[in-house]
Amino acid sequence: MKSVTKAYRPISWPTKGAGGDTGSWRVRRPVVNTQICNKCQICWVFCPEAVIDRNEITIDYRYCKGCGVCATECPTGAISMEKEE
Amino acid sequence: MTTSIKQLPDIEQVLSGNGACGGCPATMALRIVGKALGPNAIMLLTPSCSVASMGMTPRLGYNWPCINICFATAGSSASGITHALEIMQEKGRLQGELPTVFTWVGDGGTYDIGFQALSAAAERNDNMIFFCYNNEAYSNTGVQRSGATPRGSYTTTTPSGKRQQKKNMALLMLEHNIPYVATATVAYPGDLYDKVAKAKSISGMKYIEILAPCYLGWQFDMPETVQMSRMAVRSGAWLLWEAENGKISFNKPSASIINGKKDAAPVDEYLMKQGRFNRLLKGPDAAQRIAEIQGDIDREIAFMRERAQITI
Repeated sequence: MKSVTKAYRPISWPTKGAGGDTGSWRVRRPVVNTQICNKCQICWVFCPEAVIDRNEITIDYRYCKGCGVCATECPTGAISMEKEE
Repeated sequence: MTTSIKQLPDIEQVLSGNGACGGCPATMALRIVGKALGPNAIMLLTPSCSVASMGMTPRLGYNWPCINICFATAGSSASGITHALEIMQEKGRLQGELPTVFTWVGDGGTYDIGFQALSAAAERNDNMIFFCYNNEAYSNTGVQRSGATPRGSYTTTTPSGKRQQKKNMALLMLEHNIPYVATATVAYPGDLYDKVAKAKSISGMKYIEILAPCYLGWQFDMPETVQMSRMAVRSGAWLLWEAENGKISFNKPSASIINGKKDAAPVDEYLMKQGRFNRLLKGPDAAQRIAEIQGDIDREIAFMRERAQITI
């Protein structure tokens, strides 16, 4: 970062949470049932927000917007959308 | 052989907590594109939803150097950057592999406003990848009609349904005699990954169009984004193909529709799930409207089947 001269320095830098803590947009929260989950990683590939951990299948609720694509695409029905409290 | 989901690399170029809507197909597609392109790339964006999704200054939701440019200049700006990089390498000011220059432009910036710059860049055969994420309307400004909007679709500027057919933009780009043209969609991530990886390895102008079903513009439920994309392919409304040096080959499952092994699903189910068609299919002329849309799709399939025979 320091090697860039001031005249060419960009205004923005890549950071998580560029739109704020987007988890607050959520109405329903996805919950993974680890007993049914077969770790096929389909939820991970379709998550538009990249909040699902590929190996552990855990969800980062700080940024998850609760779109429900993971729950719809899950072939075993291991992800359910539960009401946000 | 298509890359399976487990073979996709770990690298994430779209960062969590960006400003896109929940269930956005554009960030969904851009994640897969990022896995194929890697970090050594320069991204150009014209005004579109993806610019709004970048988030608020001084933060950036994409892990690439991003340049926001005028609406009509996606092709010409990318050309300029490519030439500058080549000259910098010649003069020894840039070491190592050249970064991939790519544009991430919506259908308005490709089909309508950005077409002349794109066409000129294709004619010059400049080394870049032009991505069009096609949500079939100007979704960022509140869903207005574009050249990509299909016949019979409701938008705010066509309240009684669009009366004209959409353009076949990928075919138009093929007729510019560029080395690589492909169409993809979010429901088939392995297919999309392979196409981007192939485009990265080819030098010259590459054009990849990705169908991105926008739930706000198409008026369906938010979790059904991927299903809608899959239904578009199964009904034949969107065909998956790629053309290397002008030779068209179809990808699964469009290949089985084209060579007649499997019939395309009737378009009714696909239309009825979307509010933009559904709201106009309640009157007495519904059957005629559906027949018109089905006619467009059948004609497109028949045309592409014959076009693929021409390999000269």
